[in-house]
Amino acid sequence: MSQPLEKLGAFTESLRHLPDTDGHFGPYGGRFVAETLMGPVEELRAAYARCCHDMDFQRQLRRDLRDFVGRPSPLYFAECLSTQLKGARIYLKREDLNHTGAHKINNALGQALLAKRMGKTRLIAETGAGQHGVATATVAARFGFECVVYMGSEDIQRQAVNVYRMRLLGATVIPVTSGSRTLKDALNEAMRDWVAHVDDTFYVIGTVAGPHPYPMMVRDFHACIGEEARGQILAAEGRLPDSLIACVGGGSNAIGLFHAFLDDDVKLYGVEAGGAGLHTGKHAASLTAGRPGVLHGNRTYLLEDEAGQIRETHSVSAGLDYPGVGPEHAWLKEIGRVNYDTVTDEEALQAFHRLTRTEGIMPALESSHALAYAIKLAPAMPHHHLIIVNLSGRGDKDIQTVASREGITL
Amino acid sequence: MSRLAPVFKELKRAGRSALVTYITAGDPDGSVSVPLMHALTKAGADVLELGVPFSDPTADGPVIQQACERALAAGTTLGKVLAMVKEFRRADSHTPLVLMGYLNPMEAFGIEAFAGAAADAGVDGVITVDMPPEEAEPLAGLLKAQGVDPVFLLAPTTSGARLDRICEIASGFVYYVALKGVTGAASLDVQDVQQRLQVIRRATHLPVGVGFGVRDAQSAAKLAQFADAVVVGSAIVKRIGEHQSAPRELLTQVSGFVHGLRQAMDAARA
Ligand SMILES: Cc1ncc(COP(=O)(O)O)c(C=O)c1O
Repeated sequence: MSQPLEKLGAFTESLRHLPDTDGHFGPYGGRFVAETLMGPVEELRAAYARCCHDMDFQRQLRRDLRDFVGRPSPLYFAECLSTQLKGARIYLKREDLNHTGAHKINNALGQALLAKRMGKTRLIAETGAGQHGVATATVAARFGFECVVYMGSEDIQRQAVNVYRMRLLGATVIPVTSGSRTLKDALNEAMRDWVAHVDDTFYVIGTVAGPHPYPMMVRDFHACIGEEARGQILAAEGRLPDSLIACVGGGSNAIGLFHAFLDDDVKLYGVEAGGAGLHTGKHAASLTAGRPGVLHGNRTYLLEDEAGQIRETHSVSAGLDYPGVGPEHAWLKEIGRVNYDTVTDEEALQAFHRLTRTEGIMPALESSHALAYAIKLAPAMPHHHLIIVNLSGRGDKDIQTVASREGITL
Repeated sequence: MSRLAPVFKELKRAGRSALVTYITAGDPDGSVSVPLMHALTKAGADVLELGVPFSDPTADGPVIQQACERALAAGTTLGKVLAMVKEFRRADSHTPLVLMGYLNPMEAFGIEAFAGAAADAGVDGVITVDMPPEEAEPLAGLLKAQGVDPVFLLAPTTSGARLDRICEIASGFVYYVALKGVTGAASLDVQDVQQRLQVIRRATHLPVGVGFGVRDAQSAAKLAQFADAVVVGSAIVKRIGEHQSAPRELLTQVSGFVHGLRQAMDAARA
């Protein structure tokens, strides 16, 4: 909570019109890829631009979001939790109730429809926790694409259930054994696959990272989260919320919630994975503890060593275990519009248990970071303070992790 | 000033195609690289390409990925790579040397400092793999101001408009990536490359090098018939990996392979 929120009045222009035509959010974003990928990236940009104005495309997207994904997702008043905390009124945006159990499907669906328009026959994706892999495998099954998912060999071990889910859906899961064997390496490998199969393959990136147009496009596909939440809170409370809280890995669920509120007098909090604590170096807090650099096609905040090599990260939640972050977040940090802070593994786990016991909702460990922050913030706020927390996913996938942290074998 | 233009001119006059050899600096460790660079020129390399290892080499196949991992495990940094160049230059002031790497380590070094230090060490050109012309400033300008050529890649997927734009800002030579894929991928289609080169030559007077997918003497020889330079990387790095624990054997094997490339290329032009 380092930024004075009075600063908000200083933004005279809308913050919702970026990026520029080359994909820049201030100094961040852009297209930092090898020449071989510039053609495909440009083809994608043009195809996406056409779909934005294509009524047929938009209609099909809306229909599938409703009937296949289950949108709109509810905005749930967490009454028991709010009462316990004796402060702000906490609402949960229930992305955990989406088909496949997380916000990831909003984006996977949008990109799959676009891939179809572009005549591609093969989807590839990277995944960390497996949620984006499952979402991509799901839309591939639904639309009849061949599907290949790259996943770090470390993560394959941590997320065995999701690996099997992907296989059941007909996807091929390829273990990545290079580098740190986690999400960033899976992303590297997916980019290598794409460059070798550009003619028939569409790369479905799972967060607001990558070269332009990905950060913009993925944001747009998730913007429904905030647009719905805006209408829902107005209906429930007759006014806008005071604060929004979301976890930030690559930043897709956070920007999805924030975007509709960027120009409003609403405080925004992005919560990064503090891991074992920032002082230990074992964390994944690129915005809080990193510095600007270039990775995976864009300029953004990175966790890197002095020589510019990307560092290994740590988080109890595989979905936040990434050394970069979407470039729009880098820019929102720089202009002071969003407050970025961290929550440790331990705090996230406590929040996981607390929500499970008080509301009967088992949150994903990623989302538990946002909840933990809300739990810290709420008691200091007056009773009329309205908080919306993005409950980006459900916690079923994390049961194994939670159990093993507590020394229980299932 | 860069040695690239004069050496390419010299080779053209002699009717030869340049053999450009790639190794990753610091692979398998820092002590091997400079002797290896001298061995490469002795075996017939006209231009040296020195890879700056990066933790996330997205444009590279498994062979060079592993070379990067070995080099990083041995503690290689951009600063140390420049020191290797300096040491190499003590005994070789003629052979052009091009660094090839990714942008992030260069930025971490500080791009202004990097441009100066590269020139000072005796670097002639820099290929920044993940820096297309759209994002090339200010680094490209800083390099040029120091007399170092920013070298750019062209690909089978490069459109006509982009081709012109890239040729406009490129200097030293342009590097045609002969296949859609990463370094060390399946073999290239020589006929297709020859046709693309004709198009590229209409856009630029710079020498045109061809690389990615040149695996053996035969393909090098075929390309040498029409390309100004043939770049061989993974095929060399693979041999370095195979002999990483025996430095002397490593030098012998790599020299033998490069010598074979040289002979085949010269025979093809004869
Ligand atoms: C439930 C859930 N929330 C959040 C994330 C983090 O991604 P992002 O920051 O892009 O929303 C993930 C990633 O796997 C996830 O599965």
